Amino acid sequence: MDNGVVRVLRVIGRRVNAGIWRLGYASRFFLAMVLHSGTALRRLHLTIREIYFTGVLSLIIILVSGMFVGMVLGLQGYDTLSRYGSTEALGVLVALSLVRELGPVVAALLFASRAGSAITAEIGMMKATEQLSAMEMMAVDPIARVVAPRFWGGVISMPLLAALFSAMGIFGGYLVGVQLIGVDEGSFWSQMQASVDFREDILNGVIKSFVFGIIVSWVAVFEGYDAEPTAEGVSGATTRTVVTSSLAILAADFILTAFMFTGA
Amino acid sequence: MSQEALVEIRDLNFTYDGRPVLTGINMTIPRGKVVAVMGISGCGKTTTLRLIGGQLKPSSGSVKVGGQVVHELDSDGLYNLRRRMGMLFQFGALFTDMSVYDNIAFQMREHTDLPEALIRDLVMMKLHAVGLRGAHGLMPAELSGGMARRVALARAIALDPMLIMYDEPFAGLDPISLSIVGELIRKLTEALGASSIIVTHDVQESLKIVDYVYFVSEGKIVAEGTAEEMKNSTVPYVHQFVWGEADGPVPFQYPSRPYGDQLMERTARHG
Repeated sequence: MDNGVVRVLRVIGRRVNAGIWRLGYASRFFLAMVLHSGTALRRLHLTIREIYFTGVLSLIIILVSGMFVGMVLGLQGYDTLSRYGSTEALGVLVALSLVRELGPVVAALLFASRAGSAITAEIGMMKATEQLSAMEMMAVDPIARVVAPRFWGGVISMPLLAALFSAMGIFGGYLVGVQLIGVDEGSFWSQMQASVDFREDILNGVIKSFVFGIIVSWVAVFEGYDAEPTAEGVSGATTRTVVTSSLAILAADFILTAFMFTGA
Repeated sequence: MSQEALVEIRDLNFTYDGRPVLTGINMTIPRGKVVAVMGISGCGKTTTLRLIGGQLKPSSGSVKVGGQVVHELDSDGLYNLRRRMGMLFQFGALFTDMSVYDNIAFQMREHTDLPEALIRDLVMMKLHAVGLRGAHGLMPAELSGGMARRVALARAIALDPMLIMYDEPFAGLDPISLSIVGELIRKLTEALGASSIIVTHDVQESLKIVDYVYFVSEGKIVAEGTAEEMKNSTVPYVHQFVWGEADGPVPFQYPSRPYGDQLMERTARHG
C-alpha cells in the first residue's frame, strides 16, 4: 500500500485511540467525582458557595438573554401566525418554544460560556499554581473538596437558570406581543395555560436542563483538572470546555427531543 | 549520620517516560535535623520530595517515612501519613480564594473537630511565629513574595508535623526575606522537634542553616556531608556549584554540534 495512505491511516488511528482513551479517563473521573461527593453534600456550604458563583452570578446574562429571546419570538411568532389568522396563539408559541427547547438549550449554552469556562479556568489555575498538589499533601482530596462541590453547584444551578430564562422569555414575548403589537391579553395567557402541559412540556424541559447541567459541569471540571499546568494549557482547556460542552448540549438535545417529543 | 532516621531512602530509582530521573539514590534524614538536597534545576530534587510525599511511586527501591514504606500504603494510610507532614511549595501555593487566616486554619478545620475559638488561637500562634499575625485578614494577592512564603510556612506547620519539606523556599526572595525564611526554617524545626528537608539551589543561604547536604547531579548523589565539608569539597561538581563558577563539570553551553560545523553548513546553504 502507498506509504502516504499508511501514514494518514496511522494518524487517524492514533487520534481515534487518543480520543477513546480520553473519554475513558473522563468517565473514570466522573465516577470518582460521584463517589467522592459525600463531602460536597455533607458540608453543604461548599456546594452553596458554588451555586452562588455559578448560578447567582450568571443571573444577569441569563435574564437579559431570556428577555431578548422572548421578545424576538414575540415578533417572529406574530409575523408568522398573522399569515394564518391565529395571532391569539402567540402565547402558546412563545411558551412552548421556550420551555421545550430554547430555555434549556440557550440557557445551557450561555451557562457553558459564562460559568463552565470560569470553573475550568479556576481549577486549571489551581493546578498550575500547585494549589491542588498542596491540598493533596495536606491529606485533603481535591476531587472531594474542589471538584465535586463545583460539579454539584453547576448541576443544581442549571435547571433553575433555565426556568428563569423561560420565565423571562415569556415575559418578553408578552411585552412585545400584548403591550407593543396589541394581541389580546386574555387569549395570550388563557391559550398558553390551556396548551402547555406540565408533564409533557415543563417537566421534560426541566429534565433536559438537568442533563445539560451534568454535561456542562462534568466537562468544565474535567477540563480544568486535566489542564496542562501552564497559561497556554489553561487557556486551551477553557476553550475546549466551551466547544465540547456546546456540541454535547446540542447533540444531547437532539437525542432527548427524539425520545421525549416524537410519536410517544 | 548516626541518629535515628525519620526518612530512609534505599536504592531508589525513578523513571519517567522511559527516561531515568533518579538512579540508585540512598538518603537518610534523621529526626530533628535539617537536611538539604542540592543540585541544578532539573536534576531530580523536587521528584525526590514528591516520592517522599507519596505523590509519585518509585520504579524500584523504597522510601520509608516513620518506618512505613510510602508506596505500599493504601489511600487512607497515605493520607494519615501526610497529616504528619508539612510541605512548603516553591511559590507558596496558597489558596487564592481564602484569606491568610483561612489558609492556615484549612487543615485544622479539615482534620480536627477543634472549636473555632481554639482554631483562632492556634492560627494566631502560627502567624506570630512567622511574624505575620497582623496580616491575618489579607488575601494572598495582597502579599509580597516573602510574606506569601512565610504564610505558606505557617500553613505547613499548622498541625505540628514530624516532617517538613521545603521546595525551593528561597527562590525569588529579596535578601531580607531570604534570611528571615532561612532563620524561620531552622527555628521552627528545632521548636517542633521535626525533621526538615530543603530542596534548593541557593547554596549560601542553605549552608548557613543545614546539618547535612546531599548533592544530586543527573539523578545521582555525587557528594554528601556537612555544610563545612561541602564548602571545602574538592569534588569538581560540588566546587563549581558552591562557588558559583560559570563553567566546569556543568558546561556553560547546552549540548550541541560543533560550532564550526554549524557555521560551515550555513555558509554552504546560502552559497
